Amino acid sequence: MIAEIGHYALVLALGLALIQSVVPMVGARLRDDTLMGVGGPTALAQFAFVAVSFTALTACYVGSDFSVTNVFENSHSAMPLVYKFTSVWGNHEGSMLLWVLILALFGALVAAFGTNLPATLKANVLAVQSWIAAAFYFFILMTSNPFLRQAQTPFEGRDLNPILQDLGLAIHPPLLYLGYVGFSISFSFAIAALVEGRIDAAWARWVRPWTLMAWMCLTVGIAMGSYWAYYELGWGGFWFWDPVENASLMPWLAGTALLHSAVVMEKRNALKVWTILLAILTFSLSLIGTFLVRSGVLTSVHTFASDPTRGVFILMILVLFIGGALALYAWRAPVLKQGGLFAPISREGALVFNNLFLTAACATVFVGTLYPLALEALTGEKISVGAPFFNLTFGPLFVPLLLVVPLGPLMPWKRGDLLGVAQRLIGAAAFALVVIAVTFAATSGGPVLAPFGIGLAAFVMAGAVTDFIERTGLLRVPFATALTRARGLPRSAFGTMLAHSGLGISALGIVCASTWGVEQIVSLKPNAAVSLRSYDLTFDGMVTRQGPNYSETIAKFTVRQGGAVIGIMEPAKRTFPARQSSTTEAALLTRGASQLYLSLGDPADDGSVAVRLYHKPLVLLIWLGAVVMFLGGGLSLSDRRLRIGAPKPAAKPAMQPAE
Amino acid sequence: MTRKQRRLVLIGSSLGVLALAAVLVLSALKDSIVFFNSPTDVVEKNVQPGSRIRLGGLVKPGSLQRGDQLAVRFEVTDGNRAIAVSYQGILPDLFREGQGVIAEGMLDTGGGFKADSVLAKHDENYMPKEVADALKKQGHWKDDAGKKK
Repeated sequence: MIAEIGHYALVLALGLALIQSVVPMVGARLRDDTLMGVGGPTALAQFAFVAVSFTALTACYVGSDFSVTNVFENSHSAMPLVYKFTSVWGNHEGSMLLWVLILALFGALVAAFGTNLPATLKANVLAVQSWIAAAFYFFILMTSNPFLRQAQTPFEGRDLNPILQDLGLAIHPPLLYLGYVGFSISFSFAIAALVEGRIDAAWARWVRPWTLMAWMCLTVGIAMGSYWAYYELGWGGFWFWDPVENASLMPWLAGTALLHSAVVMEKRNALKVWTILLAILTFSLSLIGTFLVRSGVLTSVHTFASDPTRGVFILMILVLFIGGALALYAWRAPVLKQGGLFAPISREGALVFNNLFLTAACATVFVGTLYPLALEALTGEKISVGAPFFNLTFGPLFVPLLLVVPLGPLMPWKRGDLLGVAQRLIGAAAFALVVIAVTFAATSGGPVLAPFGIGLAAFVMAGAVTDFIERTGLLRVPFATALTRARGLPRSAFGTMLAHSGLGISALGIVCASTWGVEQIVSLKPNAAVSLRSYDLTFDGMVTRQGPNYSETIAKFTVRQGGAVIGIMEPAKRTFPARQSSTTEAALLTRGASQLYLSLGDPADDGSVAVRLYHKPLVLLIWLGAVVMFLGGGLSLSDRRLRIGAPKPAAKPAMQPAE
Repeated sequence: MTRKQRRLVLIGSSLGVLALAAVLVLSALKDSIVFFNSPTDVVEKNVQPGSRIRLGGLVKPGSLQRGDQLAVRFEVTDGNRAIAVSYQGILPDLFREGQGVIAEGMLDTGGGFKADSVLAKHDENYMPKEVADALKKQGHWKDDAGKKK
């Protein structure tokens, strides 16, 4: 019964979406308030019905209703309760349901909080949002219905893929989808602006908080996925340049560019046409990401059972939306009025630089990800494009970007003075040079490029500090004055500083962990010892333990440093009888921001066991940096200007309230 | 600067960055891509020792041998031909005899394959997509051998 309710609710949501995708837009055309007003309530009701549908599926999972095929294939009655919840989206059908749930949520948020939007814009945005929703409801109902029953109820389920039985599944997909799908709002705003043929600075102010929210979620979503892969896959790597990872990186790069170009548009009324294009491209890349991951063209832990009709269906959605949006753009963009002049050396110029390099970097990732697919489709030749390709393309494009990050915020709008800005950054540059020199001295004979990488990261972080000092006048004016000025600074200024320093922190972690990480693979007998850097490990022996739906073999290690015991590490192998598969559970020992990482290989007949040991210096900074970026975004989002919403459109400046 | 000049600077620098990206991509594509081959491909295409490839197929049942220092040897087959692979390290969790595997490395002069990484990344049917395609190709080739070729 519950499954049928869920199915029915989804059909009703589709019906509502179809109404919402037409009526408000017709209303906006005819300037009919009643028709336009339809959008809000339908968006809220749509969300309510999808929520009912999602809850129903969750109930089926929690209640282990194996008569539902989807539950049977991905759940097990002995699974811990938390995994019964998370396995709702640990499969293709359920994850698509989560996708539309978040899509409907964003539609409802616009309906609920977009009270100060002009009526026509709101109606158009909600209609476009509903086109996307309708397409995906169709997709789920036609090809990926999670509520299908099977004739005979099996006694036990087939269990969730063991790799997914982890808390990471509770956090990573929802955050990633909040990011992916969050960009649908900027897309809808862009299409609505093109349909109306009118766009102004206020538009950018409405779009920014949504983009920022999506970007924040995507940032931590990617970071969380990276950390999950790091500890779960047992290879000790944090980024593999796997097509599925690239699929999430591309919208992030485009979204970051969009975030910055929207600033130019809001503050200076320039780059309008470009911002619209970026908004379209960002969500298009999200859709492409969904296609790559969901269609089964790639093999990865993200690919569940694949069915060719699904791939074709998503491809059709993709072609329809991306093609349609770009065609609309080509037709209507010339209508939009250009505005806001600026000199090449200016804050705008710096942000254009940011946009150019971010999109170029995004394009290289796009080529590297899709070229193998295209080549296979055209010639049948199978190739793999891996880390070497991206190190040669993405790397060189990201270095100039990082170099300019500290310059941007110090540059004045309209017309800047490169020399003046450079002078203000002398302190930061000197700091970076000292860091490079010290690193060189400390690692003499080591890699040549790494100290420069660290210097670059230091420059980015010092640049954020310089920004703060410059804005408050710290060190120049009395401390109390600086404090008052700091209080007076808008929160978004602090958000920028925080997010930029987060970038520096991540860069530092990436350079350190990938340059000075050490790896050792050994075969150990019980009571044998092994050392890695300053750590001495003794293998105390193997223990077996029974988990709720698995049995695990644990290798116990005592870790000593300078003779003193600093911890016990227990890497394990888990065997899941339901799927007859096993996973490797790495053991991590955190010392400051560095980690000691142990992962088990196969035990041999003579009682010895293969072990992979890694020491990863400062590896935690990679993800910490992402969290700092998230906090920076949050601080910016809480800025009063964004919270109180946008002023009335520029068309009626006289009506603007004196705020 | 006039509006026109500013626009020229903007367009010029955009094209410059795009050209830079294109050059980077093209040069990287020349050197850093790895071709996927089945054991039959290796023979038919006459892959030279020393060039980096991905070798995919099934782990031949009964062929796995473990040596000292985590050295392993196994054979990769596509039902038509088999190539002996040597590897030193820990095999992935999903590595099993009779199931799909991809080894990345180079052919040595003796006709064997020296792998520096072994992947067993696959869906729940225990088959990497590339390997499944390669096997289908082989199966197809065998079925229709008399008719088509």
